[in-house]
Amino acid sequence: MDTPSEVAVPRPGGGTLLPRPYRVRRRWDETQDTFTMELEPIGDAVEPGADAFRPGQFNMLYAFGVGEVPISISGDPADAGRLVHTIRAVGPATEALRRAKAGDAVGVRGPFGSWWPVEEAEGRDLVFIAGGIGLPPLRPALYQVLAQRERFGRVALLYGARRPEEMVFVPELRRWRSELHLDVLVTVDRATESWKGDVGFVTQLIRRAPVDGTGALAMICGPELMMRFAAQELTKIGFSDDRIHVSLERNMKCGVGLCGHCQFGPSFVCLDGPVYRFGEVRAALTVEEL
Amino acid sequence: MNGSAIWLGPDAPERVIAHLGGQGFRVVGPRVEDGVLVLEELTAGDSLPTGWHDRAAPGSYRLERREGNGPRARERFGYRVGAQAWKRYLHPPELRLFTAERAAGGGLDLHPEKGPEAPLALIGVRPCDLTAIAVQDRVLMGGRHVDEAYAARRHGAFLVVVECTTPGATCFCASFGSGPGAEGGFDLALTELIDDERHGFVARAGSARGEALLEALGGRPASAPETDGRRRAVDEAAHAMGRRLDVDGARSALAEGAGLPLWNDVAERCLNCANCTLVCPTCFCVTIEDVTDLSGDVAERRRRWDSCFSLDFSYLHGGSVRRSGAARYRQWLTHKLSSWFEQFGEAGCVGCGRCIAWCPVGIDLTQEAAIAIEQRRQADAMPRGRGPAGRGARR
Amino acid sequence: MMRDMTALLRASPVFAGLEEGELAFISGCGWNVHFREGDTIFKFGEPADRFFVLRGGTVGIEIRAPGRPARRLETLGEGEVLGWSWLFPPYTWQFDARALTDVRATAFDGTCLRDKCDADPRLGYELMKRFAGIVTARLQSARMQLLDLYGHPL
Repeated sequence: MDTPSEVAVPRPGGGTLLPRPYRVRRRWDETQDTFTMELEPIGDAVEPGADAFRPGQFNMLYAFGVGEVPISISGDPADAGRLVHTIRAVGPATEALRRAKAGDAVGVRGPFGSWWPVEEAEGRDLVFIAGGIGLPPLRPALYQVLAQRERFGRVALLYGARRPEEMVFVPELRRWRSELHLDVLVTVDRATESWKGDVGFVTQLIRRAPVDGTGALAMICGPELMMRFAAQELTKIGFSDDRIHVSLERNMKCGVGLCGHCQFGPSFVCLDGPVYRFGEVRAALTVEEL
Repeated sequence: MNGSAIWLGPDAPERVIAHLGGQGFRVVGPRVEDGVLVLEELTAGDSLPTGWHDRAAPGSYRLERREGNGPRARERFGYRVGAQAWKRYLHPPELRLFTAERAAGGGLDLHPEKGPEAPLALIGVRPCDLTAIAVQDRVLMGGRHVDEAYAARRHGAFLVVVECTTPGATCFCASFGSGPGAEGGFDLALTELIDDERHGFVARAGSARGEALLEALGGRPASAPETDGRRRAVDEAAHAMGRRLDVDGARSALAEGAGLPLWNDVAERCLNCANCTLVCPTCFCVTIEDVTDLSGDVAERRRRWDSCFSLDFSYLHGGSVRRSGAARYRQWLTHKLSSWFEQFGEAGCVGCGRCIAWCPVGIDLTQEAAIAIEQRRQADAMPRGRGPAGRGARR
Repeated sequence: MMRDMTALLRASPVFAGLEEGELAFISGCGWNVHFREGDTIFKFGEPADRFFVLRGGTVGIEIRAPGRPARRLETLGEGEVLGWSWLFPPYTWQFDARALTDVRATAFDGTCLRDKCDADPRLGYELMKRFAGIVTARLQSARMQLLDLYGHPL
């Protein structure tokens, strides 16, 4: 009789389900409830290149003993060895991550999921539309575009926040705005007295964006209703469904298509998403409680 | 495998258990305990139940002993499937994935859980359940990422199938072609033949390991009446199966079925108890639980079976996506019979009927699928957008 | 001057596609205006006898309550239409409009245009459709604002 194990037994419990140890290098508040965290691998536990990611992908971040959450990477894909996430504290795991100090350890699995098709936008106009905490998942794509700016047509970032003090990456927005090759339009839903900028929903900025809808590409990230509405406004000015890209969010426990939680119709958001062509999900987005 | 069929006596299960146990396998098979059928670890010398049969109906399952002195009183596999499926062993209900310790200097030591020492041998797997194992293989090992814990249990597992010759009232494997016979994917297949003249098993090997086992067990080549009897018994079981499911019809009806009226009707009856997902041999969903010891320095991650019927399953900060029972039942049925095809190229249902028997209110997915097909047909027959479930009128 | 105005109208989404004669007529109802940063362009309750197509700068739509600073609900910029109260009775402004920067705009005499539309229903219907589109877009956007999506994710 053959030995019972005809096939090599894979590394149990390891692989994609085992976090890698990282250390918090820096951590700072962006707003009252949102913070950015820079991570570096501890020792040689992380293979070189394991951090390489595509803009729009996410990691599962493990807060010791508390839980694990899917968080989009918000750093520069060209900046290897420094893993950056911008996180809104909304539950136990994200609260625990917020309390982490420089030097504390966290676990990382990833990167997982689909990415913004930055290469597809080469030679075209490109508009980024971000709402609230939707800007961080778009930032890696912005970095990639700005690093090779000449390959793209006109590029605009439209960013809507709830209130001026709830905007993230403010110094960077100011710097990008002063750089003439990126149009940065910012608006808030609720203005304070001192706010000098625009007021109104982020879609109001679409008409002012200096992009030509036909042939242009859009990348949208924010609350689902905002993305739906923004996509609809874009189609009104000539964007086609397959040139609009959105990033969806669903409950995730594993990030690798094994826990079943993130199903969105036949799709697994962790594998087929989070970034989708709008045309792929347009109909499903109108199904209640899918 | 080309080896010819072998005739084994009615004690074949015990001989298989003893032999595989001696080979170092962790042998698991059916036992009757407290009046219910359970799958338990067995050792050499243990015997499988004799003379039991089961009666299943929507919302009910009874295990009974055969009365009298007829041959059936000695039947070894008169029952079909109990509430437990083999995923209990291949994809355990609760599992520690790793332990983590805070290390000196702010580090983090992660210790993955070791896989099982001994390979599994599963005795008495029904063909529907064999198909279910293949379905879970594709989900948990066939994609981009492998569930290592499953793979560690699955690789090297020895599967002994028992073909079905008497369908139960909740069985509909013939609709999926996942039973009542088995043509491959096993190491050994047994078919029990029992009447006034004979009682024993036609045994067929499905792998080199199965051939070796048959050789070790001895036995004589099965006679033509015996092999014919096996084939006839399986064919008759397929024809006798009263319950049916229109697999293609359900697949397409449910693909466009989000707005059908049946979901609200099912929701009136469904208790959201999650029984159907727990007894389902293909349901694979899990949740994660991270905990620490009292010192806070040692943590572990546990994985537990989860169910799409729980409200937490679809929780996003702010609330759950599938708030209504209707949406949760729709997710389950649509996944089983429709979106599973798009995800994995086959159905997520094998027709074992467990979800029908163990539904406390007797919801019958074959019936709900038929209703979905009919409602879809009616909606399509109506002018676009006019019917309650017109394609344009999504909920 | 008149020709410049017609070209401007043709480039604006509100008037694009109208017939030459209609554009010429509307041009006749318009004149260029400038506002300094901080200037009030119109005030709640005043007669609404005109509207503006913004050519540059930013205008805030605001509302005031006693003892409270003005609340800015919306901002409008280049190419956008400011004011539609001239179209509907009682023809008074429902909000305040203030120049947040120096503003260049073309003002149009609403009364003149209203009379023209009454006399020429085809033009009236065309213009009504275009203004209804603007009102709808702003209403939809205001509804989104109302949802407070970023504060309470849905």
